[in-house]
Amino acid sequence: MIRERLIFEISDEGKKGFSFPKLDVPESKTVTENFPLRDEIKDFPQVSELEVVRHFTRLSQTNYCIDKGIYPLGSCTMKYNPKLNEKIAQIPSFLSSHPYSDQEMMQGNLKVLKTMEDLLAEVTGMDAFTSQPAAGAQGELVGMMLIRAYLEAKGDPRKFVFIPDSAHGTNPSSAHICGYKVKEIKSNQQGTVDLDDLEKNMNEDTAAIMITNPNTLGVFENQIKEVSDLVHSQGGLVYMDGANMNALMGICRPGDMGVDVMHLNLHKTFSTPHGGGGPGAGPVGVKSILEPYLPIPRVIKQNNHYLFHSDYPKSIGRIHGFYGNFLVVVKALAYVLSQGPDGLREVSETAVLNSNYIRKSLEKEFHLEYKTPTLHECVFSDKLQKKHQVSNLDIAKRLIDLGAHPPTMSFPLIVHGALMTEPTETESKADLDLFIQAMKQIAKEAEENPEVLKSAPHHSYVRRLDEATAARNPKLRWEP
Amino acid sequence: MKYNSLSQNDKKEMLKTIGISSPDKLFDSIPDDIKLKKDLNIPSALSEPETWDTFNELASKNSPETPLSFLGGGAYLHYIPAAVDYLSSRGEFVSPYTPYQAEVSQGTLHLIFEFQTMICQLTGMDISNASLYDGASGAAEAVLMSHRIQRKPKILIPKTLHPHYRQVIQTYTKNLGLEIQEVSYDESGQMDTSELKKKLDKETSAVVCQSPNFFGVIEDLEVISKLAHESDALSISVVAEASSLGILKSPGEMGADIVTGEAQSFGIPLSFGGPYLGFMSCRKDFLRQFPGRISGQTKDVDGKRGFVLTLSTREQHIRRERATSNICTNQALCMLRATIFLELLGKKGMREWAWQNIQKASYANKVLTDIKGVESRFSGQIYNEFVIKTEKKWRQIQEELKKKNIVPGISLEKYYPELKGCGLVCVTETRKKKDIDTLAEAFEDLLKS
Repeated sequence: MIRERLIFEISDEGKKGFSFPKLDVPESKTVTENFPLRDEIKDFPQVSELEVVRHFTRLSQTNYCIDKGIYPLGSCTMKYNPKLNEKIAQIPSFLSSHPYSDQEMMQGNLKVLKTMEDLLAEVTGMDAFTSQPAAGAQGELVGMMLIRAYLEAKGDPRKFVFIPDSAHGTNPSSAHICGYKVKEIKSNQQGTVDLDDLEKNMNEDTAAIMITNPNTLGVFENQIKEVSDLVHSQGGLVYMDGANMNALMGICRPGDMGVDVMHLNLHKTFSTPHGGGGPGAGPVGVKSILEPYLPIPRVIKQNNHYLFHSDYPKSIGRIHGFYGNFLVVVKALAYVLSQGPDGLREVSETAVLNSNYIRKSLEKEFHLEYKTPTLHECVFSDKLQKKHQVSNLDIAKRLIDLGAHPPTMSFPLIVHGALMTEPTETESKADLDLFIQAMKQIAKEAEENPEVLKSAPHHSYVRRLDEATAARNPKLRWEP
Repeated sequence: MKYNSLSQNDKKEMLKTIGISSPDKLFDSIPDDIKLKKDLNIPSALSEPETWDTFNELASKNSPETPLSFLGGGAYLHYIPAAVDYLSSRGEFVSPYTPYQAEVSQGTLHLIFEFQTMICQLTGMDISNASLYDGASGAAEAVLMSHRIQRKPKILIPKTLHPHYRQVIQTYTKNLGLEIQEVSYDESGQMDTSELKKKLDKETSAVVCQSPNFFGVIEDLEVISKLAHESDALSISVVAEASSLGILKSPGEMGADIVTGEAQSFGIPLSFGGPYLGFMSCRKDFLRQFPGRISGQTKDVDGKRGFVLTLSTREQHIRRERATSNICTNQALCMLRATIFLELLGKKGMREWAWQNIQKASYANKVLTDIKGVESRFSGQIYNEFVIKTEKKWRQIQEELKKKNIVPGISLEKYYPELKGCGLVCVTETRKKKDIDTLAEAFEDLLKS
């Protein structure tokens, strides 16, 4: 296999990968006389177009991706990204719209945003949505800002936000940026929020609870109503992290469980591609009490006409340079329209079926810390393999050799040596079986030949990488 | 159109393995009283051709033909080389997750490393991250970062900073006890440095400066950084038109401590405002307070070079509420486009690109302000945008020119009530001489009448 070099290492003086037309206006050499001009950009690449094409083609071939095989990262919902939606996002009129264009000339775009916001409200049982947040974490931040603005208007923003110990790290981080102190709530033996612990801690200093449902164990928080009643009884609000909404569509709705505000990840539940880490979109839905606080501008419909409206004096303000990741919303809308009500329900049913099939098929070989029934994902651990000094890291790296992407590792924090596994609904039985077989082989190898696991991966483009040195002696850019 | 891959037989077999009779049983853990008893009230499923038709119809509700546009203001029309679309459409780039499993994500990690390097080269900084959401959130993150480093309550932002960026900074900082003070502009269209001097004090964490600024005017970042440093404040440079980095002295050379901005100009379509590409770089002393993902070089067990996400102890999944930012998913695919774009243009292309932007805008500025009744509003040096003023209301000009399918630029009155009759005209390399002349003729006709 060719070892791909850095572009800087194949660069040479005078090579070009693009040509500009000849300047067609009278050139003025003096116009930049008083500019702070730079010298040439030192060591910047100079390569041909073909070199660029081969460079990126070869680089791409060292990536694993959902188009290639099962990608069971827990809580990441790595489902197939329909190609039609990519084609739709390339429609020139969407692609070439300038965000400052006259709204009269952008009626199609505005209708896309408004339609999507209305559909998401129906799917989740919320009253209103904003599609401005650019990712789930930004959605969380918006959600917590809405809560704070609402409580401030009532006279006291309060001090604390409760977050279960199983929560994603973005939750406490988002609450913190809103000026809240985080109190961790314990999980009980079923892996759900410990209602007693919550009751003990709940008081009028508490602004909100941030709860993920189903939680990161894949377990439905079956006391969600009790949790929200308790929090509401003391004047607090309920935030739901909707990262795991793929388990619930058409089955039940956060809006019917006492949730006041939530975000969705369009790049998870609604099939838009992850792109190797974005762009995503994190629309936020609210009950009507929080609607006046939503970010501006908002899209509204008046007399069959769409427009941006910013006259909301209570709004938390603007959160994005323009209107969010518009093209991501376009793709997600295409997905919802292609699914319909029965399709979305079938998505969730199949996602849960696939996950439970994996769980059942591997429950002998891999330890499950919590025996509670799970929905779209389940969290195994390396407890049985630890007896042979094999860790979840070794298991993950060996899976790479066997042709599958590893599950999410070491998360949630309440399961030691976690392997959080979410297959999604789009996998075929053959690919689920491939993963199951690979995991069974690994369980066997752990007993019989643990070395092969500890030295994995063996067949990848690079073998196990030294992460400790990377952090200790950071080399974060190329230098000649 | 459904995208599931199970046959009826598969389902039966799988239910049997699980030991249940019907898929409904899978949801027994959900209390009955919160289960949905009816279908979702959304339109019925569409086939692929129907979905395609639906979106073509939606798209047709936008303006029927692409107007001759001179809109800028933080979103710029530049030519995108064919190889950018071609390469960035590859499934191996589009459909992986964040590169947590480095051994099967070398492509993404390798190109992030190249992106980081080029951002450092362009901005004159030591370290760069793998992207942020957009220029506006980048500016907000830079402000938060400066506050973590400095622990002083005051931040000075100029009125010449993009109005949306100012709004987003307000939103992000509102709950953290920061005091955001605005600094006005002078007749050159630059930040008013005498006002800056007055407002700078020992309580100031940072001074923000956008150059070229929202009026298209090039700021004197060197002077502003010097003033900031004299008060022990940091200098934050915001770049909303990243093509300018090809020719203007890098922010690092002019004393900036943190550089952030919008890199939409690097091969990313206008897309009605997003997805775009926030970037950030800084001096290496601030590494521990730096937000976002970073790719770092290391070796595998055989000694081969490889890349990993590194220094993650700054990030939310490790540090939780004490993280340097809550960002998780960023704008990776846009970052890929920018990386391809920059490598295609290369050292010479970047300069030529910026040069053409300057020349075209300069020509446009001249022919427009030669018209009786049109004048330059500011005297400062401009990059590829400029502010002109006429007797008429800009809204009126927009309405009149719309009839000729011309969009003359952004009306400034909404953001700057004092700038009545002023418009921001943007001319990139994509506008031909005849386009500019057409715009000038349209103005001439309009102002004659």
